[in-house]
Amino acid sequence: MKFGVVIFPGSNCDHDTYYALRDVLHQETIFLWHKDHDLRGVDCVVLPGGFSYGDYLRSGAIARFSPLMQEVREFADRGGVVLGICNGFQVLLELGLLPGAMLRNKNLKFLCQYVHLRVDNAATRFTRRIPRGRLLRIPIAHFDGNYFAPAGTLKEIEAGGQVVFRYVDEKGEATEAANVNGSAGGIAGLINKRGNVLGMMPHPERASEALLGSEDGRLIFESLVHQ
Amino acid sequence: MRVRILVSFKESVLDPQGQTVKNALLTLGYGFVRDVRQGKVFELVLDGISEPEARRIVPELAHKVLANPIIEKFTWEILEDEKKV
Repeated sequence: MKFGVVIFPGSNCDHDTYYALRDVLHQETIFLWHKDHDLRGVDCVVLPGGFSYGDYLRSGAIARFSPLMQEVREFADRGGVVLGICNGFQVLLELGLLPGAMLRNKNLKFLCQYVHLRVDNAATRFTRRIPRGRLLRIPIAHFDGNYFAPAGTLKEIEAGGQVVFRYVDEKGEATEAANVNGSAGGIAGLINKRGNVLGMMPHPERASEALLGSEDGRLIFESLVHQ
Repeated sequence: MRVRILVSFKESVLDPQGQTVKNALLTLGYGFVRDVRQGKVFELVLDGISEPEARRIVPELAHKVLANPIIEKFTWEILEDEKKV
């Protein structure tokens, strides 16, 4: 599978993501520059974490207008696979490829810590290799990860099984304390209706090797690669 | 022409920064402060555009770029001192 990792000015997880895909997963991986107009034949576009355009205006708000993002939108509309991680998730929300928006974390702090995720939809192309009932331990690192959507949208997301990952405690319970950033419904990862666009705040690339402290994130990449 | 656009959270959206500012004001003894909403101000200098055009385009660009309509609302005005010139 050929992956393209998009670089915006201010992306800072681009090389980590590239490393996870190329060196850990052994997949053909290229960088895509935000000003380019060509996705160069990739099968999956990854929008990495970071602070595109310094998070000016709103997280992801400026990156959304990059020339390459217009290509990504068309790619997604054709069914192309897109994964947005952290800032990449924020860009997907601003672009409208996923519903909702991000608010500042409920405690107004930048959160950099491990969280536990429950896989609430294991039937997606991003999660199908994750063993049933397996909690994922993956780090987060963000200021604006407090997911918000109007009540009607939330209802639709929940009913449609679009919540893929939810913040839970180590027992798998979706408690208020485990929902560290205050996200509506404890939503940590969200997929579109068609099932080809996933956004998630936690960083799977930072949990792709035992040396990094967790290998749980690799299960997401493996799901993508081994269809 | 100069225009000022004020972007703030919708009433339905919790504004934790505004709440924190409110708590600070209460702590300082300003007990009459009932609520605080924090927002963003943009001042745009426009060139080569008539006022009717501005009235059409400014809300458009505010809706498209300056505010995220899912969580934010905006008001805007043409700055009066400029209008007289």
